[in-house]
Amino acid sequence: MILQGIGLKKHFPVTGGFSVGGVRGWIKAVDGVSVQVAEGETLGIVGESGSGKTTLAKLFLLLERPTAGSLLFDGKEIQAFGRDDFRRYRRAVQAVFQDPYSSLNPRMRVGDIVAEPLPPENGGSRAEVRGRVGEVLELVGLRRESAALYPHEFSGGQRQRIAIARALVTYPKFIILDEPVSALDVSIRAQILNLLKHLQDKLGLAYVMISHDLAAARYLATRLAVMYAGKLVETGACAAVYGEPLHPYTQALLSAALPLHPSARRQRIVLAGEVPNPMKPPAGCRFHPRCPRAMEQCQSQEPEWQEVKPGRFTACHLY
Amino acid sequence: MRDASSPLLVVEDLKTHFFTRRGVTKAVDGVSFTLHAGETLALVGESGSGKSVTCLSLVRLVPEPAGRIVGGRVLFEGEDLLEKSPAEMRRVRGKQIAMVLQDPMTSLNPALTIGTQVGEVVRLHQGLRGGLLRQRVLEALSRLRIPAGDTRLRNYQHQLSGGMRQRVSSAIAMSCAPRLLIADEPTTSLDVTIQAQYLELLKEVQREAGVAVILVTHDFGIVAANADRVAVMYAGKIVEMGSTLQVFNNPAHPYTQALLRCLPGVELGGQPLVEIGGQPPDLARLPPGCPFAPRCPKRQPICEEAYPPEVPVGHGHVAHCWVASAAGA
Repeated sequence: MILQGIGLKKHFPVTGGFSVGGVRGWIKAVDGVSVQVAEGETLGIVGESGSGKTTLAKLFLLLERPTAGSLLFDGKEIQAFGRDDFRRYRRAVQAVFQDPYSSLNPRMRVGDIVAEPLPPENGGSRAEVRGRVGEVLELVGLRRESAALYPHEFSGGQRQRIAIARALVTYPKFIILDEPVSALDVSIRAQILNLLKHLQDKLGLAYVMISHDLAAARYLATRLAVMYAGKLVETGACAAVYGEPLHPYTQALLSAALPLHPSARRQRIVLAGEVPNPMKPPAGCRFHPRCPRAMEQCQSQEPEWQEVKPGRFTACHLY
Repeated sequence: MRDASSPLLVVEDLKTHFFTRRGVTKAVDGVSFTLHAGETLALVGESGSGKSVTCLSLVRLVPEPAGRIVGGRVLFEGEDLLEKSPAEMRRVRGKQIAMVLQDPMTSLNPALTIGTQVGEVVRLHQGLRGGLLRQRVLEALSRLRIPAGDTRLRNYQHQLSGGMRQRVSSAIAMSCAPRLLIADEPTTSLDVTIQAQYLELLKEVQREAGVAVILVTHDFGIVAANADRVAVMYAGKIVEMGSTLQVFNNPAHPYTQALLRCLPGVELGGQPLVEIGGQPPDLARLPPGCPFAPRCPKRQPICEEAYPPEVPVGHGHVAHCWVASAAGA
């Protein structure tokens, strides 16, 4: 099974101000992104805030409809989906969100939270539902009896386990992880990352992991996609991208990630400036105002997406 | 006069407790450290370890009446801050000791311009007005490399980016040339590339002004990049303290060891991470012995009975651990 996005775009209209009822401009949150995820692999999508990674996740979760481009699930175009296809899709593609304090309803029991994605229409007696809930709770390392408790009775790490159990309950093939460990304490992160890896090996899941934490992405991802201002700047096998980043932005991003040892103070590329305004992205290459290696053509010509080395794609005039 | 070698700040056995319906929460429970001028001390720990409350206690901003400083001394330039009157403390805060908080979005006032907010501190502490005040504010902004200061003065915080906001709140902190800057998770709300910018800038500003910094963080990467010394906190106590290199190369406390091993690095990927089992303890119901004992892989019977004494590990490097003390003896 393959989940594929081709030329995905999501533009949000900006209204208000003096042009009453009119549209002042468009925020191009995702602007022509093509990615695919196959069973059993983890696609890490990294980028800074405003790069469009969360909007991309929302497109995959059908929480937003793309402005242009297509989403293919198992070879079938989403525009052509019927009711059953949508049901099948929602069972197969689940999500775990960043903050387990706000993603679990405090007034529902854990058992009901976990059972919520289970579709009521294709039956399943109460005992069956309870059995499945107990099963997934054990899968994520919680006790079956936890089902009777409320979220406030759990710590942050345990809550994230509940959120993972909820995602697993429908036997999904793909799980979209939106910053799954950034809200957790450092000593708990390792537990959750190990759990995610273990579940992937055991159940053959595919993950799309949205993260600004390069170390966590490095740990889980098999392939990496780097986003900047709504566009992909580089993709490739995770180890290859970390080993030899091609795009200047990827290079700067990796060098800005702090090494874990004081004597490993590396040559750091400190970028000047800020992430561009998504309403008025720079002409040419969107990274050129901050790029340490910008050339003249970068200001006017948008670089083409090309395969620079086997399996390594980037959009940069240097190549 | 104090001589140059005496420390700027001496904290002795500081205790801050919160009195709640559930009992007494010992948020800070016997913290001691010293800090010299120009030095950066990192306080590292997980949420609930007491690092932020330690900082609030230093400037006497613990939320009362629930929270109270119940013991210890905070000697700043030889004077005990805990003995000072509220009016005296107001003159210390912002002038001699300044703070930068985690989220500039909430620490800046959305209804006032940047110029008003930076100017407020200078006006209160140095009594400047008019053109002189404006000049000092512009200096403060340019010290934090905020471009086009005179237009920024009229901006509100929503017109600035996250990195720029954090620079503005740092400019406020640095505007009266403090001797000590307390930075509580200053980069947590910033992006990676902006974080790198800010940390570099903080180092430069610190060098220029010779200010001592207490850097509160949970990120060992930030410690490695910016700190001279580290204090690792767990359950309201400093469990290990030493120079950054000592602690990274030779962590003595099992908690520090576990923390350093459980972090995924950017350099290496793939091998399973070493987990720290269990959860951080409930500060209202601490076990009698070492609070880390229930999660500790090297636990001994004595660990559950009594809190371990301070053990010297190296020059200026100490840990509180029975196992480390047995190894050293």
